[in-house]
Amino acid sequence: MNELAQYELDQGGDGGGVLTLSGPYLVSTVGAVEDDLQDLDGPIATIDVSQVTEIDTVGAWIANRLSRQHSAEITGASERAQRLMNALGEDFDEEEIAAPRLPFATRVPEAMGEKVFNAGRGVRGVIGFLGALLIAFGSVIRHPRKFRWLALVHQLELVGVSALPIIGLMSFLIGIVIAQQGAVQLQQFGAETLTVNLVGRITLRELGVLMTAIMVAGRSGSAFAAQIGTMKLTEEVDAMRTIGISPMVALVIPRVLACTFMMIVLGFYASIMSIIGGAVVGDAMLGIPFWTFLVRIQEVVPVYDLWVGMIKAPVFGLIVGLAGCYHGMQVQGDSEQVGLRTTMAVVSAIFAVIVIDAFFAVFFTNIGWG
Amino acid sequence: MAEDDQGQPLGRHQRYRGEYPIVVEGLQTAFGEQVIHDGLDLKVKRGEILGVVGGSGTGKSVLMRAIIGLQHTAAGNIDVFGRSMTDSDPDADIGVRNRWGILFQGGALFSTLTVGENVQVPLKQFYPELSESLLHEIARYKVKLSGLPEAAVNKYPSELSGGMKKRAGLARALALDPELLFLDEPTAGLDPIGAAAFDQLTKELQKTLGLTVFLITHDLDTLHEICDRVAVLADKRVIAVDTVPKLMELDHPWIQEYFNGPRGRAALTAQALDELRKHMDEPVAAQAVKALDKPAPGKA
Repeated sequence: MNELAQYELDQGGDGGGVLTLSGPYLVSTVGAVEDDLQDLDGPIATIDVSQVTEIDTVGAWIANRLSRQHSAEITGASERAQRLMNALGEDFDEEEIAAPRLPFATRVPEAMGEKVFNAGRGVRGVIGFLGALLIAFGSVIRHPRKFRWLALVHQLELVGVSALPIIGLMSFLIGIVIAQQGAVQLQQFGAETLTVNLVGRITLRELGVLMTAIMVAGRSGSAFAAQIGTMKLTEEVDAMRTIGISPMVALVIPRVLACTFMMIVLGFYASIMSIIGGAVVGDAMLGIPFWTFLVRIQEVVPVYDLWVGMIKAPVFGLIVGLAGCYHGMQVQGDSEQVGLRTTMAVVSAIFAVIVIDAFFAVFFTNIGWG
Repeated sequence: MAEDDQGQPLGRHQRYRGEYPIVVEGLQTAFGEQVIHDGLDLKVKRGEILGVVGGSGTGKSVLMRAIIGLQHTAAGNIDVFGRSMTDSDPDADIGVRNRWGILFQGGALFSTLTVGENVQVPLKQFYPELSESLLHEIARYKVKLSGLPEAAVNKYPSELSGGMKKRAGLARALALDPELLFLDEPTAGLDPIGAAAFDQLTKELQKTLGLTVFLITHDLDTLHEICDRVAVLADKRVIAVDTVPKLMELDHPWIQEYFNGPRGRAALTAQALDELRKHMDEPVAAQAVKALDKPAPGKA
């Protein structure tokens, strides 16, 4: 069984050259000879395909192309070969396979303009979304019976309860790292007992809530965007609207409320876990007994540090929930958008949280809660 | 490597010459407790268009997925080109994947690629040695062969209508010049004109390319127009495989209801009319067409 596509060009003869193709001419075999056939120098008057053992449309296409290039005649075609060559036709177009692309000089300004308009649309979209959310809140307050409390409870579980293990572990480890690194630095001044102040104040004021917000954005904000986005693609959101259920009330408000409320709980929990982590290091490395560490925390950390954290937490939760739901609701078109919007939800949520955290830091210092 | 019917390994560049490219024996599939197929047997002849019908939930699509190796089977054997699909891993290289093309129900086109690039995906996967220019030419003529305008090659799937998506999916299914073509409800969701055109296209391509076609459908017109044989799925197995006229003689309740229900009759009349129109020069035929064309009283 001959496994290779082959060809032979006989330049002699009076009526011009004869090109003989032999072996299987299939999509799986022509790759080996296709380039050489393309570069053949004429003149070729006849293409003999009688020795071709197997042929498919790709083989037929190559025979057709050769005959067109050299204005050669095809002879000896089997019934199948003839049928395939006829089906493919003679015309030879040059339509581009890739999507049309504008020249560089127009593409760049167009992309820039596109970005500007998108930014404008984004601002309008966010304002519109916030407005719709306010209206939805209004309707929930007016008709509290219509609100799906069960959906809220479900979201509270997803955002809060099921996040406890991972956020607990993360915070515990962060407490360990801060205490250990802080102790190394403070030891140089003989002030390692201040590790207690460091761990207590930084976790309650900043890190506990901030890291939790980042974790919730990655866990729940992304899930919101993906869930709502997929529901938009499968027209579930449209179906809700036609039945008279507002997606803002049914989908967005439970998620945003759950995020806002659970951030307070999770933020507090994270701070506590970090302090415990710090206390473990204190016990193991610094010789401060575990319980003494905790009692010292009570003495050195002013109570307003707790308030700073707990005031920031719901704001962060609101931002994360809003970003997730907003980007989910913006999905339209294809599945690629879901991925894109999910990424944007997480990135914009974390970015906004850090920016607002900076403002809070300045604000609280200025009102004397330094 | 696939085998021919004598058990000889099939050459890489050899077309399958056996009589039955698909042989399903004693197939059993189940989702948990729910048994879909139980002792299902089916043989698909080389070069035929086999229609597969059955009520919703009888497992037509599951059968197709089992044959192409996407569905886990509980028992039984499935041979495709003489190669057992039930013994092989879903992603293993078994030498049959380049011999079939599959048109999924929704088209299943890759949404980030243009139609032409979609057609090139299987080509590049199996034959990386093909030159860029030949790949482009192949993509263009396959798209045209599937009845799409040439300009559709650089469109994204989201820019196409439902019917065009189906055709683009068909172009991708035909990319490797398969010997076996699976079509999952190709005319579902198409308007009647589009559906009829798609039927004709299937028939034409089957004849030109010498395909064996495994076609799942609900469309009675498709069954009458293009199917050589029809397999009926009911009671968890294939209860009959035959030509449409012979199936209509069977007295299984589901078959009777299906082919002799109002829709079945309408499809049959339409086909009879088509046949008669081919002989309009004969007075008897012309008269019959006239009589049949008149809407029945009270049924405008």
